[in-house]
Amino acid sequence: MLRTILSRNLFLAVTAGMTVLTLWMVFIWAPTETEQGNIYRSLFFHVPLAWVSMVSIVGVAVASLAYIRFKDIRLDRLAVAMAETGVVCGALMLLTGMMWARPVWETWWTGEAKLTTALIMFFIYVAYLMFRSYHPAGAQRQRIAAVIAVIGAVDSLIIYVAADLWQRAHPPIILGPAGGKDGAIASQFGLTLLVAVIAFTLLYAFVASERYRIRSAEDDVVELRRLADASEGERS
Amino acid sequence: MAALSIIWAIARKDLLLEFRNREVILSVIAFAVLVLAIFVLAVDLTPQNARVVGPGILWTGVAFAGVTGLNRAFASETERDTFEGLMLAPVSRDLIFLGKALGVFLFMTFALAVILPVFALLFNVVIFRWEMFAIGALAIGGFSVVGTVFAAMSARVRAREIMLPMLFLPVVAPLLMAAVEVTAGVTLERSWRDTAQWLGMAAAFDAVFFVVATVVFPALLED
Repeated sequence: MLRTILSRNLFLAVTAGMTVLTLWMVFIWAPTETEQGNIYRSLFFHVPLAWVSMVSIVGVAVASLAYIRFKDIRLDRLAVAMAETGVVCGALMLLTGMMWARPVWETWWTGEAKLTTALIMFFIYVAYLMFRSYHPAGAQRQRIAAVIAVIGAVDSLIIYVAADLWQRAHPPIILGPAGGKDGAIASQFGLTLLVAVIAFTLLYAFVASERYRIRSAEDDVVELRRLADASEGERS
Repeated sequence: MAALSIIWAIARKDLLLEFRNREVILSVIAFAVLVLAIFVLAVDLTPQNARVVGPGILWTGVAFAGVTGLNRAFASETERDTFEGLMLAPVSRDLIFLGKALGVFLFMTFALAVILPVFALLFNVVIFRWEMFAIGALAIGGFSVVGTVFAAMSARVRAREIMLPMLFLPVVAPLLMAAVEVTAGVTLERSWRDTAQWLGMAAAFDAVFFVVATVVFPALLED
């Protein structure tokens, strides 16, 4: 017990330290980009958020497949924890992306393949979480939710292919400082991005593990209530 | 052969029910035609832009109407608890899935056969080319397979009416894009080669989800 608390606090301390380091690097250490100006700094949040969102999709799918195979409730909790954290990160990714795109591409949104895929995947995982909260609790809910997660992950590949084909048929109109070219990333930018990705991965892991713990406690409460009801029924 | 006759028996049951009360097909046709008519009123259509925006409106209407049809197709099973009876049948559950999906496919094909001429009339476009029939069959095939799985999933959920479209529409988004692009190729009189990739993609979508759905469907129902 003491060891878990200690290791969790150590985890939290490391995550907090990395986050502070990231903030310092992003806002003070990294120089302003010559063409895009200060707005490019939002990429230091956008890219790590996109990364952890992608990790979520893969993680939820793997945990769900393993749940279908082994029927272990802990795998289901892991899938929920990652899906919920992933949806929040996905929403922030979409928002930071739009904030960056407005001045730099001169549009909030375009039909670019990665954008379309990210948006559709976001909706699939929102539906996954909605399903979980609407379906009566029990093994059937966990099984069906696992199937939805697997279908979503399989679909993500097809969506990307379709969005890519669509983009070639309708080239997105991208103007502004970064229109039509990929900016070269200098070493300072690269290092900041690397630190940001590590910090966000730690933060994601911390939040997801806390969610996992709460989920276990929720399951315990449901189980205790069921036992209490059962013994009440026996007495009366 | 035995498997095929089981699949057909289940689909035939649904067709017979449908033939008697005409709940699903009529509602799908009416809803889709209504969506088309509303868009004709809501969007300022010229002969030029009707060909560009028409395909998107057509498939939006078909997808939305399809969702209502799928809801109906499974609501009748859950309302009368006949789904439990179906589950008790001593046949493999992937065959039950294929039977239900075949029923949905036949309903939707019939509905599309009525919706397409109405679309051609309202939007003043020529659509009678083989690509149109190919994409129609591929799109309805994919809708039926994915839709049957999700309709079975959400049959016991609160707020089923919203849960089904929330699951169904994002997952079939690639198929919808393919259907719109191929239809636009037809209405804009492009060569079939320009849209061949989309036909291929739609076929790949159908193949992948046919396998995935047949494998996962039995897992959804075990109790």
